[in-house]
Formats: sequence, C-alpha cells, structure tokens
Amino acid sequence: MSAGNMNLTLKVWRQKNTHSEGKLVTYPISGISPDMSFLEMIDVLNEELINKGQEPVAFDHDCREGICGMCSMYINGRAHGPKRAITTCQLHMRSFKDGDTIVIEPWKAKSFPIIKDLVVDRTAFDRIIAKGGYISVNTGSVKDANNIPIPKDKVDEALEAAACIGCGACVATCVNSSAMLFVSAKISQLALLPQGQPERNSRVLSMVEQMDHEGFGNCTNTGACEVECPKEISLENIARMNREFVMASLTKKKKKNTGGGAG
Amino acid sequence: MISIWKKVVMGLTGLFLISFLVVHCGINSLIFLNDGGKTFEAAGHFMGTNPVIRIMEIGLVIGFLIHIIDGFVLWYQNTKARPQKYKAKGGSANSTWYSRSMGLLGTLLLLFLILHTADFWIPNRANQFTTGHELPLFERMKNIFSQPLWVVLYVLGCISLFWHLLHGFRSAFQSLGINHSKYNPIIKIAGTGFAIICPFVFAMMPITMFFGWIK
Amino acid sequence: MSKLDSKIPEGQLDQKWTTYKSKVALVNPANKRSLEIVVVGSGLAGASAAATLAEMGYKVKVFCFQDSPRRAHSIAAQGGINAAKNYQNDGDSIYRLFYDTIKGGDYRAREANVHRLSEVSGNIIDQCVAQGVPLAREYGGMLSNRSFGGTQVQRTFYAAGQTGQQLLLGAYSALERQIGLGTVQMFSRHEMLDVVTIDGKARGIIARDLVTGKLERHFGHAVLLCTGGYGNVFFLSTNAMGSNVTAAWKAHKKGAFFGNPCYTQIHPTCIPVSGDHQSKLTLMSESLRNDGRIWVPKKKEDAEALRTGKKKPNEIIEEDRDYYLERRYPAFGNLVPRDVASRAAKERCDAGFGVNQTGHAVFLDFTFNMKEKYGRTEATKLGIEKPTDDQLKELGQAVVKEKYGNLFDMYAQITGVDPYEQPMMIYPAVHYTMGGLWVDYNLMTTVPGMYALGEANFSDHGANRLGASALMQGLADGYFVIPYTIGAYLSAEVTRMSAEKGKTDSIDKVKTNHPEFEKSEKEVKERIDRLLNIKGTKSVDHFHKQLGHVMWDKCGMARNADGLKKAIEEIRKIRAEFWKDLRVLGSGDELNTELEKAGRVADFLELGELMCIDALHRNESCGGHFREEYQTDEGEAMRDDDNFAYAAAWEYKGEGQFELNKEELKFEAIKIAARSYK
Repeated sequence: MSAGNMNLTLKVWRQKNTHSEGKLVTYPISGISPDMSFLEMIDVLNEELINKGQEPVAFDHDCREGICGMCSMYINGRAHGPKRAITTCQLHMRSFKDGDTIVIEPWKAKSFPIIKDLVVDRTAFDRIIAKGGYISVNTGSVKDANNIPIPKDKVDEALEAAACIGCGACVATCVNSSAMLFVSAKISQLALLPQGQPERNSRVLSMVEQMDHEGFGNCTNTGACEVECPKEISLENIARMNREFVMASLTKKKKKNTGGGAG
Repeated sequence: MISIWKKVVMGLTGLFLISFLVVHCGINSLIFLNDGGKTFEAAGHFMGTNPVIRIMEIGLVIGFLIHIIDGFVLWYQNTKARPQKYKAKGGSANSTWYSRSMGLLGTLLLLFLILHTADFWIPNRANQFTTGHELPLFERMKNIFSQPLWVVLYVLGCISLFWHLLHGFRSAFQSLGINHSKYNPIIKIAGTGFAIICPFVFAMMPITMFFGWIK
Repeated sequence: MSKLDSKIPEGQLDQKWTTYKSKVALVNPANKRSLEIVVVGSGLAGASAAATLAEMGYKVKVFCFQDSPRRAHSIAAQGGINAAKNYQNDGDSIYRLFYDTIKGGDYRAREANVHRLSEVSGNIIDQCVAQGVPLAREYGGMLSNRSFGGTQVQRTFYAAGQTGQQLLLGAYSALERQIGLGTVQMFSRHEMLDVVTIDGKARGIIARDLVTGKLERHFGHAVLLCTGGYGNVFFLSTNAMGSNVTAAWKAHKKGAFFGNPCYTQIHPTCIPVSGDHQSKLTLMSESLRNDGRIWVPKKKEDAEALRTGKKKPNEIIEEDRDYYLERRYPAFGNLVPRDVASRAAKERCDAGFGVNQTGHAVFLDFTFNMKEKYGRTEATKLGIEKPTDDQLKELGQAVVKEKYGNLFDMYAQITGVDPYEQPMMIYPAVHYTMGGLWVDYNLMTTVPGMYALGEANFSDHGANRLGASALMQGLADGYFVIPYTIGAYLSAEVTRMSAEKGKTDSIDKVKTNHPEFEKSEKEVKERIDRLLNIKGTKSVDHFHKQLGHVMWDKCGMARNADGLKKAIEEIRKIRAEFWKDLRVLGSGDELNTELEKAGRVADFLELGELMCIDALHRNESCGGHFREEYQTDEGEAMRDDDNFAYAAAWEYKGEGQFELNKEELKFEAIKIAARSYK
C-alpha cells in the first residue's frame, strides 16, 4: 500500500546559490500516495533524482510535525500550500488531485536571500529578536513563579501570540514582504505579560527599527499574513504593535548624558 | 521614516480625507434638490468664501500631498522589498485584489484628482484670485457632464474610489491600532457602507446631469 | 581501579548539591572574560547553558545545524515539564519527584544527579515565568498543572500542547539577548564534525559551514555538547529529520565513554506507520492518556474484521473490548509509564489483535470519557436531567475539543480520519534515548573539558524516562547545573593560564594553530572526500532505512540474544555496503544536504552496533530495555540487580571494538525494589 497512484507534474525552483539565476524545472512524478506528506513526496522526487544521477532538490525541513518552523515552500502561489493553518510538512498529498501541476518556489523577499533551490536565509528574524525580543532577566535572580498572578485570559492571549514558529510565511505571502506579523507576535506576547512591562517601550522601538533595517516592506493591511500563518497569529497583534510603537515614540524621553563612569 | 509611522500617517491622512469626502459629498448632493443649483451654489459660496474654511482648505491640500507622497514611498519601498517576483500567484486565496492594489487604485485616483481639480477647483480659485468672483459651478457641472467621455471618466474615478475606500477605511483603523473583536464588525459595516454610498452619490452627479434628470 | 570517577560529593543526599555549590571553585569576573566556551547545539540545554554562561561573563560560541537556534527539536515537546512545586497541595515534594524519577528509570540512574535535578526543578519554572513563558494558568492567576504517566501527583506545568516550544523560545530569547549584547557568537547552519583534544583535554571543535562547505576551527577552554539524542538510528522516530548522533559519536571516538546506549524510549502514543514512504513518526501527546482509553478487541475475528475494514470500531460492543492496560495495571491504568504501555501494545499486536491494515495499531478511544465524564458534567451544569446519547456526545465533544483540539486536528490532518467520530489508532514509536555520553556529577565526560548536557548525556533517566522530565533535565543542566560545575574545571584552567603566561607555545596563544587542530581538520576533510568519492549507486536513505529496519526488529521494543547477534552481523554488512556503494552527488564546498545526511548515517551505522552490543551484554530487562529471555510469567520485565545494577560506559577502541566500564549504582536514599504499577 506504500505505492500510490497519483501522477503529478512538479515545477520546482532550482537555483545553484545566492548569486546565480534560478528557474523553474519540470519533473513528472508518479506513484504518489495520498497518505504521503508533501515533503515525503519531495523525498520520493529526490530519491529518483539521485538514482538518475541528478542533484536532489535542497529544501529546509526538520521536525516534520509543524512546530520547528524550518519548512518553507511556496506551493502554487501559497505559502505552505493550499490548506490553512498548517505548515508544508503537515500538508498531505490527499489535498491534490491526480494529474495536478504543482509549482514549488522558495520564499522570495529581499530580506530572505535564497541560499540554494528552496532554501532561504531567515536569520533576519533572529537579528530582530536579538534587539529586544526578550525579558532582560539573568538566570537565578528571580522570584517564585506564582509571585505575580496573571489573569488566565491574558496568558492565553500571550500564548496565542507566542505560538509563532518564525517560519516566515507572513513575509513570503505578503505582497509587500512585510515582517510585521512576526515582529508584532513577539511584541504582543511580552506586552501582555506583567514580566514584559519594564522594557515594553524600548523593546518595540528597537525591534521595529531593526525590522526596517533588515529591508522588510511596509505593512498595508492586506491581511494575507494572518490567513497563511500556520499558527493563525492574529492581525490584532499588528494593531497592538502599532499602538505600542506610537505610545512609546510619543513618550520617549531624550537620553540624558550621564557622562559614564557611574557607580 | 520608521515603517509604522508611515502606516499611521497614511491612516490619519486617509481618515482626514474621508472626512473631507463626507463634506464634499454632502454639499454636492444639494444638486439633487433639483432647484436649479440654488441651494448648492449658496453652500458652495459659503465654503468658498468663509475664511475658516479657506484656511482648512490649505490643510486639505497638505493632507492630500502627504497621503500621495507617503503612498508613493510605500509603493516604491514595498516593490524593492521583493526584487524577484513569484512565478505562481495565489494571492486571491488570502487577500482581496483591491487591498493588494492600493498603489494602483491610488494612482488612478490621483489622475482623476488632476482631471477633477482642473475642471472645477483650480479654475474657480484662479478666477476668485484674479477677479474676486466665483465661477457659476452648477452651470459648469452641467457643461462638463454633457460630454459622454467626461461622464465615463468620472464614473471610473468613482469606481476607483469605491475600491480604495473599501480597503482604506478599515485599514486606517488597523494602522492606528484600533482592532478589537467587539468593534471590528462596526468598523467593517461602516467602512463598507461608506465605500458604497459615497462613490455612488458622486457617480450619480454626472449621470443624472448627463441624462438631464437634474435641471 | 575503575576508569570512571563519578565525583559524587560526600554527605547526605539532600545536602550534596547545597554543599557542593558553596564549596566549588569560582572563577573571578576578570578571568571569565578570557575563557572561551564552545556550545554545540541550541536546544533547551544548549541555549540555556550558553545564555547563562554568557551572563556570567564567559565568551561563548554556539553552533547549530539548523538555520536558527530556535528550531532545535526541544521545540516539539508537547506535554509539559515536571517540577516539585507542590502548588496543587497534593503531597508532592522534592523527594517524591526524585523517587518517581528513580523508580520510573527502573533503578538504573545515579541517585545524586536525580536528586539535584529534583531540587532545581522548581527554579526552572520560576526562571521561565520570569522570561515571559506563558505557562497555563488557572482563573485565579496561579499556575496550572496536569498529570502525567508514572506519577500520582499533578506536577506537570504546561503551555497548551506546545510546552517545549514555549520553553525553548524562552531559552532562545535569553540566548538572543546575549547575542545582541555581543557575549555570544552564534553559528547557525554549522555542523560540528570533530572535537579537538590536546594533551587529553577538549580544546575546541572542527565545524563545517553548511552553506559554503568551509571547514572552520574553533577554540574553546571547554566544549559543551548539547546535541540531543540518537533516536534517528531507527530511521523512523519522533525525532526531527536532522537529529543525529554525530557530535556525541565524534566525542566518543575521541575518548568520551558512551553510557547505556541500549536504553531507548519507545513512546506508546504515536500515529502508526502508513507506508514505506514514511519519513518520520508523529507523537500524540501523552496527556491524551488522561482521557483516552486504550483497547483492542477481545476476539481475534473482530481484529481481523477491523484490519480488512469489514467492521468499524464502533460496531464492537463493550463486552468484546479488551482495555488491556486497565486490566493488567488497575492502579495506574492508562497512565502507566511509557515503557510499560508500549510493551503492552506490542504484546497485544504480536498476539494478533492489532487493529489497522498492518496489524500494528491499537485504539485510543475518547468516547467513554467524552460522554460519561465530560458530557454528563456539562449536562448537569446545563440542568439537562436525562440527556440523550447524542446530547452527551455533543456536550462532551466540546470539552474534548477545548482540551485537545490541536492534537485532534493534527491527527485528522495526518491520517485523514476524524478522531471525534472514530477512535484514534496509535502505535509505539522511538521517541527518546536515555543513553548518551557518560558524565560525572559535573556533567563532564571522560574527556577533561568536554561536557554533555540534556538528552546527549546518560545521566538522569536511568533505563526509562518519565513524561515531562526531558524538558526539566535539559533546562536544569543548562540553567542551574553547568554554570556551577564548570567552575571546577575552569578555575584550574585559570591557574594553568597564569602559570603559562608569557610562554609562546601556551595553548591560549597557539589556539587553532595547534597541530592537533590541523590534524583534526585534515581527518574531517578526508572523510568528506571519502563519502563523495564512493560514487556508488544507492542513496543515503537507502542505507538508513536498512539500518532502521534491523534496529527496530532486533533492538527495538523487545530484544533477544539471537536477534541481537544477528543484528550486529547485519549492521556490519550494511556499513560495509554503505562505504562501497553510497552515492552522494554534488560537492563538498556548497550546501549539500545529501552529504550532511551521509555523514550522520555513517555515524549511526557505528552507533547501531554499539547499541546492540550493549543490549546483548545486559542480561536483564529494565525500563526501555526489554530482553525476552528475562520476563516473568505474566510478561513483566525482570531486572537483575545483583549483576546489572550499574551504568555501562563503553570505551571506543577502534571500529567495532568497545570496552565495557562499569559504574556501580548505589542506592542509599531509596530502597531498590521491583517496579510495579499494578
């Protein structure tokens, strides 16, 4: 029962490295089972390519259970393929029909340069987090976890934002290549929790600054990111980030020059 | 400028321009009283001569300019953010075409705005400036809207405005950080309602005049 | 004398760690800045250790093969993290967590380490909450707990079905903070391919930049391996595709002993294999066993009918169902530990009662609790006096959806079957490896300066790990243990450094120009070239699948001497074939995912043999290691405490040659006893 009976035509983006030109290459593939995941279908393609002496398609993937955020294919014009609220690794071939043509491209955005074939560089996201996507607390210097009660609805809301897996589908799908859904998810999570309050203002200012610095586009509220997000991160987060940013900008005080050497 | 400020400015100027549309649409609707343009011209005279309104008009021009320039900056930067386009397009599955085409719709509206101000506002203010008198606007409308091509262009402008508002109204609230599950339906209904009614009323002006329903 | 010194501090068990902390040598801040630490792996253990060490002032370099440290497979843990907080006031304590863990590990773990783990468990929760990890809360704002297998208290903290993700993102954010501050240098898409030892001490690593293929030398006064487990030796497991043993195996070849390699955990609730195309297995959280009842038909003909699709599960009446866990283990029922539940499922399927096409699946059925537990409660709340069956189902379904909705959706997504209508089908799958690099109390391997943290070491779970303890151990090692214990070694390094100050040939000056670095780099390069130059006919996966089959059949849930001996022969054959007929296309100086896989599978092919050797030598059944020859009449595991109450630490002596060292396990605080969940 392993061999299936679907025949498909794949058009896969092949690109040697960041500096070379890429193009779509057509591969017919047969014997695909509807129970296969999309990535298992690519495994089959690669096995065939290797047997034919051709280089397999490079693609990012790791956990294959929809949580690590590593897989990243743009399938028939949709980030993570045609189904909502899932990553590519959770997409199964039963979502396609025998005879379908499937176009597979990498995420395309200036801030996500293509490394090879379907593999892109998403380290811009890490650099944004490094600018403030954290609470500055050193190990060991904390109080009991139940010291500050947090209303259940606030925690649940924070968790919904924190569910972001950093896959980059929001950027990939956005007509403007904007990263606002990703950035706002982290800002929201920490803004909703009491622990996040001390750095609330500086966080939003520096993360947004870094986001712009990375060359992501500007949000124009098309809402595509929310639809394609595998974790269904809400647009409310972007609205919250806008508020947080405006408030922080308006109330920001000029830094006093303390002259250093304090303490 | 920081990306979020660009959004906020777009939203604020957008809402400001919407408020202008309300006034503009309201005053122009007076032609539907079918009184030969009497009430309409009286209101027009007030708007054209009242010093407070005239000062606010400068603000309106600035609002337009900021909205337009900001729009072009957004369009330019956003195009640059994806130098290489996708081969397969599936945007219709996750967003509306008009929300993805605000730059295009805005450009069409800008062209319309040039046409429209060249028809009415610029000659009127020029005349005021040189002679101190306003032009007979109602008559001017009737003249202009007797040309079929002009009627078509104005209707097309109104259609662009409809799509632009359909996204822009709601989008402005989101940009300003107003997004709450309780109030979103109200914003949505108000936005859709306004996007339909305002351009419709505007579009009816050339149409009714062309067919001679307004005399 | 044994080569193993576990360095367990003197004193009473519950005082050891406290005394140790106050006596361990410290490194002063100025010296910390001149000490460099290499951390390999960025999961819970790696990220938390790197962040904490950087906070303390050390210069840290972190390596991960993924594109971002946030992707490490800790992220996939669903259920939760244990901590002896006793917030539920149900009698929990540090001792009880310690006891449950030792007993859960079938008395094959080191008491002192486990007690320390239990002691710091509470601090982990405090730390994570302070970092903004949104752990689930009650309406009153206090933290919520759930129960897990092998315990009778509620001590598992969770964040919906994504606890691992949230904890990892917490540690990742702490790490990114240090990266932003410049105290940590991050190397993503880098794979460690060798540990460099100089005069018997770990001095750094050789890493390959996976994008450019360039080999890099990185110096460190200490090297921390936080590289996870080796479950992928079975090809199919719940591990991520990239999870591998390479770092640990290279360390092993450089002198680090490998502890208890045969202890693997087979998780009872995974989605069954659907076909040969399968690339990985997906876990359904253990928390489902809180409400799901596991059963197979009592009659073989019913099982047969289910397999061929002639009968639907709902058509089998209550009397004809065998709730075998409830039958065999009335005290713990469906919440017996993982090894017990897995073996019981295998036993039923082997006896011919399996329920899917392949005969390798049992039911996990929510109908009863959905209707009787939740449906009825909801009906009472709504004041419905005599609810109909449909009403019960509808009301109960809503509750189940709220509790497990995401898991049910995932199940439907993968199998195409709606679990609200049909019971889930599950089967055990490889999930975690208790074995790993042997470490002492300081988490140091047998190579001075080289440490192993988290799943990569062997230390805390004995022969079986309890649910929600992996996250606890990873973070305990990284946040709270290594920051202290590393001082013992590094303070001596400081002394050495000052003694060697001014010497031009001091390692602190020579660093990566040392001939040993050159030699290691050359060996790594040669191995890569060798893999590329076989130019055979078979893909990496071809060999990996073969290895996986052998391991699963003969060194999986049940093992026996004959099978293991055969397995060793077969693995050697596959290995020889691999080095003769492998095909890796492309070159070594570009992104080449096949080359990466080839290197990892080459190491699995050596590890697999050691696992079988270890399993063969351990003539007893304990925890995840079940030897068919050693079982009671009822089919329960039979331990042999007289002969096997030790940790087996294997020393590498050349390809296929391993020497056994034993660390005797002394149980002072706990009376060693038969492990019963009846």
